[in-house]
Amino acid sequence: MGNGLRAALALAARDVRAELRSRTALTSALVFAALVLVVFNFARDPTRLGVADLAPSALWITFAFGAMTTLNRAFAIEKEHGALDLLRLAPMPREAIYAGKLLANLAFVGVVEAVALPLFVVFFNRPVWHVLGPLLLVTALATIGFVAVGTLLSAMAVRTRFAELMLPLLLLPFMLPPVIGAVQVTARLFADRPLSEVSGWLRLLAVYDVVFVTISVLIFPAVADE
Amino acid sequence: MRPSDGSLLTAIDIERAFGARRALAGVSLVVHPGEAVLLAGPNGAGKTTLLRCLAGLARPTRGTVQVHGRALRVGDAASRRHIGMVAHQTWLHDDLTLLENLAFAARLHGMPRPREVAAAALERAGLGARAGELPPSLSRGMQQRAAIARALLHEPDIVLLDEPFSGLDAAACTALRATMTGVVAGEGAVIVVSHQPNEVWDVVTRVVGLRAGRVMFDTPKTDTSAALTSELSELGVG
Amino acid sequence: MIPDRARGLAVARRGQWIAGLGLVLLAGVYIMAQRFTPMEVSQGLAQKIFYLHVPAAWTSLLVFSIVGITSALYLWLRDERLDLFAASSAEVGVVFSIIMLTTGPLWAKPIWGTWWQWDARLTLTLFLFFLFVGYLSLRAAVPDAGERARYSAVVAILGFLLVPFVHLSVYLFRTIHPMPVVLKPSAPSLPDSMLRTLLIAFVVDLVLYIGFVTARYGLGLVAHARAAELEDRTDA
Repeated sequence: MGNGLRAALALAARDVRAELRSRTALTSALVFAALVLVVFNFARDPTRLGVADLAPSALWITFAFGAMTTLNRAFAIEKEHGALDLLRLAPMPREAIYAGKLLANLAFVGVVEAVALPLFVVFFNRPVWHVLGPLLLVTALATIGFVAVGTLLSAMAVRTRFAELMLPLLLLPFMLPPVIGAVQVTARLFADRPLSEVSGWLRLLAVYDVVFVTISVLIFPAVADE
Repeated sequence: MRPSDGSLLTAIDIERAFGARRALAGVSLVVHPGEAVLLAGPNGAGKTTLLRCLAGLARPTRGTVQVHGRALRVGDAASRRHIGMVAHQTWLHDDLTLLENLAFAARLHGMPRPREVAAAALERAGLGARAGELPPSLSRGMQQRAAIARALLHEPDIVLLDEPFSGLDAAACTALRATMTGVVAGEGAVIVVSHQPNEVWDVVTRVVGLRAGRVMFDTPKTDTSAALTSELSELGVG
Repeated sequence: MIPDRARGLAVARRGQWIAGLGLVLLAGVYIMAQRFTPMEVSQGLAQKIFYLHVPAAWTSLLVFSIVGITSALYLWLRDERLDLFAASSAEVGVVFSIIMLTTGPLWAKPIWGTWWQWDARLTLTLFLFFLFVGYLSLRAAVPDAGERARYSAVVAILGFLLVPFVHLSVYLFRTIHPMPVVLKPSAPSLPDSMLRTLLIAFVVDLVLYIGFVTARYGLGLVAHARAAELEDRTDA
């Protein structure tokens, strides 16, 4: 177990170091996030729809699609160089490969969200400081959910011919519960509602995370092994 | 610990099939220390599939592989310490330096002081000066040398090579042959897949011919070369 | 899996008979719905689509569950036949879910005045459709047979686990945002005659499923036998 954890962390560290050097996935995701926010602001009728109504959706669509553009990256690189074999030859359990990729993906998506959030605050003129804690909590819960499934699905999608299409097609249904929950909670936070009102949603998100992280870890060997 | 017959690697009746496709059918092989085995055969014979089963990368649909007498299950970590593999692809990450690439491999094998181990290995491979460079800026020969250094990092006694000579210049080929000889001399074993036996002929001690997923012949190289050559050409191999 | 062309053809033929029977029974259901079931007071003739839509929805959900469970069994037992059965079921299931998705709006428009409603049931049916399409697209995009079986099994299992969450999410969403519903699509207090027709329609759908999946499975066996013949020929 200790060996697996160490290997997973080494893998995550390697992917992060490599990404910091090339910055391709992060740059495209950040540009994309900024674009979505800008388009959202213009793609509405200002007289009909107030910014407040749109804000939670805009934020979460930005997060969700920004995450999608980074997710393929982790496994695409391995496929380019056939290096998944290298990981499978090492004395590390298959689950640790998934765990390492998951941690790396969470780091990347976390960066995208960390940049998109201030941009959101600026573009939508929406203060979030007073609800930052709960907002970070719901963001973490929802993100873990769809990144966990996205990491698993991208391991398969990269081996198909239409990887960029296959991942969104497979992942979209799995984004529904986290995104619905996240938008509901975010909307209430922005409306200064008490946290107790959203405890049901937060619980749903937490259960979703536990179920899907567990199943992804357990089922990854079926994906990785020929 | 070694099994009673002293074998390093044993394949028992390996079969690998899915649906109609049968890549391997009833292949058995025992490899002892000091052997350099050539897996020869035409394209599609199952050489790469067999090598991947021996490496633990592919799970046979029937049969077992044993490493040091211990069954190699695909998820099994302990047996993999004995195995090193060099593939046609280098498996080097393009955004990491040679040193970082090898240090990562060292870390995966749980070696202490990974960066030092990696630096030493690169020195031995004659790549010390280029250790801080990224793979795309190096020739294929140098990349392959780094890949070989990485495969040997954890001092495996079973080294598997899949078409390792393709794209290499003469000097790199010579160096690779020397490395293989070194492993064999150190009581390890080498199994190499090549559809160009000339490249590796001098090092090889035993030839296994495959066709359509079956072993056609399995003879030591000390046989009269005429008989062996004719068997090889029957297989359709140079 | 032993390649056996003759057996495959026999299975396919049997399946076609069962499916044929199912279609005849379906015509019977249609007549039953028209003549022998009372007209619903407020919804009128359009409500008759109910007998097509609701059983299709139930069947889709059942078939999807079968795909999920068979896939899990495949990963555990690694029997290729389980994979073939899961794939065959998915192909039949997607047809049922398309029927469900097209009859839904056809019914909703005259009754509710809108083509679609984001209630728990309809949303779930839409999601089943997406999951089926994802499963079948993945299978089409993976050339290696072993990989295809493993990957699609993983997606099927994940999808199966997703269903309760989708249902819960939409349910929670709806209780917080109650949308005006003119009429409840299937009120618990259904007169016996309607319930009877509904259940019979469901059984007929099951017959259709069994027929089509058997036929598809048989054809899969034939395809497998043909591929094996091709392999043997190229081996020599």
